[in-house]
Amino acid sequence: MRNLLSLLPLVGLIIIVQLLTSWTDTTFYLTQITMSAYYSLLIIGLCTLMGYAGQISLGHAGFFAIGGYISAALTTHNLVAFKETALIRMLDGFNILMSGEDIYGDSLMVINPWAACIVAVLAAGLIAWVLGIPVLKLKGHYLAMATLGFGVIIYRIVLAVEYFGEADGISEVPSFTLIPGLEVSGDFGARVENYYIAWGLVIIGMIILRNLINSRVGRALRSIHASEEAAGAMGVNTSRYKLQVFILSAIFAAVAGVFLTHYNGGIGPSEAGVMKSVRYVAIVAVGGMAHLWGALTMGVLLNFLSLRGVFGSYDDAVFGLILIIIMLFAPNGILSLNWKGLLDKISGRTNKGKAAGGKD
Amino acid sequence: MTLELFIQYLFAGITYGSIYAIVAIGFNIIYNTTGIINFAQGEFVMLGGMISISLLPLMPLPVAIAAAVVITMLFGALLEIFFIRWLENPGVLRMIIITIGLSILTREGALHVWGESVRSLPYFVGNEISSVEILGARISPQVLWVVGACGLMVLFLSIFFKTTSVGREMRACAANRKAAILCGINTHNMVTFSFMLSAGIGALAGSVMSPITSTSYDIGTGLAIKGFTVAILGGLGNSMGAVGAGLLLGILEAFSISVVPLAFKDAISISILLIILFVRPHGLFGSRTAAGLKEF
Repeated sequence: MRNLLSLLPLVGLIIIVQLLTSWTDTTFYLTQITMSAYYSLLIIGLCTLMGYAGQISLGHAGFFAIGGYISAALTTHNLVAFKETALIRMLDGFNILMSGEDIYGDSLMVINPWAACIVAVLAAGLIAWVLGIPVLKLKGHYLAMATLGFGVIIYRIVLAVEYFGEADGISEVPSFTLIPGLEVSGDFGARVENYYIAWGLVIIGMIILRNLINSRVGRALRSIHASEEAAGAMGVNTSRYKLQVFILSAIFAAVAGVFLTHYNGGIGPSEAGVMKSVRYVAIVAVGGMAHLWGALTMGVLLNFLSLRGVFGSYDDAVFGLILIIIMLFAPNGILSLNWKGLLDKISGRTNKGKAAGGKD
Repeated sequence: MTLELFIQYLFAGITYGSIYAIVAIGFNIIYNTTGIINFAQGEFVMLGGMISISLLPLMPLPVAIAAAVVITMLFGALLEIFFIRWLENPGVLRMIIITIGLSILTREGALHVWGESVRSLPYFVGNEISSVEILGARISPQVLWVVGACGLMVLFLSIFFKTTSVGREMRACAANRKAAILCGINTHNMVTFSFMLSAGIGALAGSVMSPITSTSYDIGTGLAIKGFTVAILGGLGNSMGAVGAGLLLGILEAFSISVVPLAFKDAISISILLIILFVRPHGLFGSRTAAGLKEF
């Protein structure tokens, strides 16, 4: 219960921001905040993997792309030509096809977004499971390079396969009706509604992860981070916990990919790029590795600034610079810096100066 | 496949393979003295190519390449002095992230200096269409320059590490850093020197390969991944292993594009990397016990 109560300030802030933008007639900001919220969903998942289980992943854009691309491809490719095949009839029998007409009046038959979403998330989870078993045995440089390699393979695949639109990506992805009357779409009229959908997902994600971290599993994870050998010696099944968190973070990334793709109405190969994965790691590092709130704050803030185009053509350079500065001067994140101690030091010095001055 | 075609593929493989080997040796030099994998290694190759291309209008080709190598070496030394030297006992994760950050900054800097356009040096001898015939296959003389330069670099490095006192000090630093300090070796300078050395060989490789492969600001990441694959394949820290593994990967890639589409070339070499990591993380030529003693 305390866990839930501590999320109340966040809920309050979300509502206040929405009301503020409505009053000041700046609801266009909500579009970027919504997108940042989806990216943050991936980032808090990655934060759990990196900060609590201590495993780096330079391939999380790959999982995001798996979610986004599978969902986009399934809900966009027209199946009318295969209408009479047994497979399609069977799918229709399960009621997971959606019929309609495209803008030219031709009949259109695609897979229902809910079914596509489930397939996409399951696929990401499955791939994370298959990949995670061997990869998580690796440490340090090897783990970083192996996950980076996975990300590059996904990038090359979406860039080379016609089904995924090659360099153009997939566009005109339909909206995703969660329940009748509530749909994920980029329509201007649905801005506020989508803002709350995105933040609803983030809050659900935060509840899941905070429960996980404060549970037996969380303590086991922290023990793995501190010393894998010691944790193993105490009877913690280190490989199983690492794998579970890896899969969980991949699922978070895939869910973010599915929702953001429906929200944007499309996805391109840049979402799978290595720079995206590096950016996610940078944000987790800035937030302080083992700091969910830090990761969430920085995830929303930095993505929002980046999406607003504040950094211009120096976008990637800014993230590179942030990475270096944080890792050089504050390897535990800027929120974990001893601000109070720093202030005390500064004020202490001036006080001392005054005291010394008083004596004279 | 005819013999001519076979030899044609073989030479293409050897060309790329020797470049991969040089990048991998660059990884190894820094890894041996510091235990760091320098993710910015591919950027040295890019810088070497780009700087020599920019200097070419001002001076003759050999001087331009030499100047590019020297400038890149200075750049490598500065990176080490500003970002790595003063860190006390940095963790592996921290070092990975710092070198990745450095590689991004270098790449973005290059993008703003040279733009997105693809450039290349002129062919050292002849032009695009001149060729020499070897066993019925026709290859560009530039291929011989690449293979020759890479071969010379390997030879130079092995002599350097065996006979010169700086080379010996670097090896001592690699074998046991504490013992090296006790023997009066300035290990900090050795680390700076290892960055300079691997920047220099990367830049030279970047210059000689430029006429064939072209240079653009973003070639570094791909080369770093290939070079790392090769370094792992040959056993991390083992430079002669890297040469063998580099040629092996280059030849495998060259023949793979006769079977699968070109777009999947990178995916193949990375799949090889993943398989090697899973099956033999100590490399094809390394020993399991020695790898077990190293810190990753």
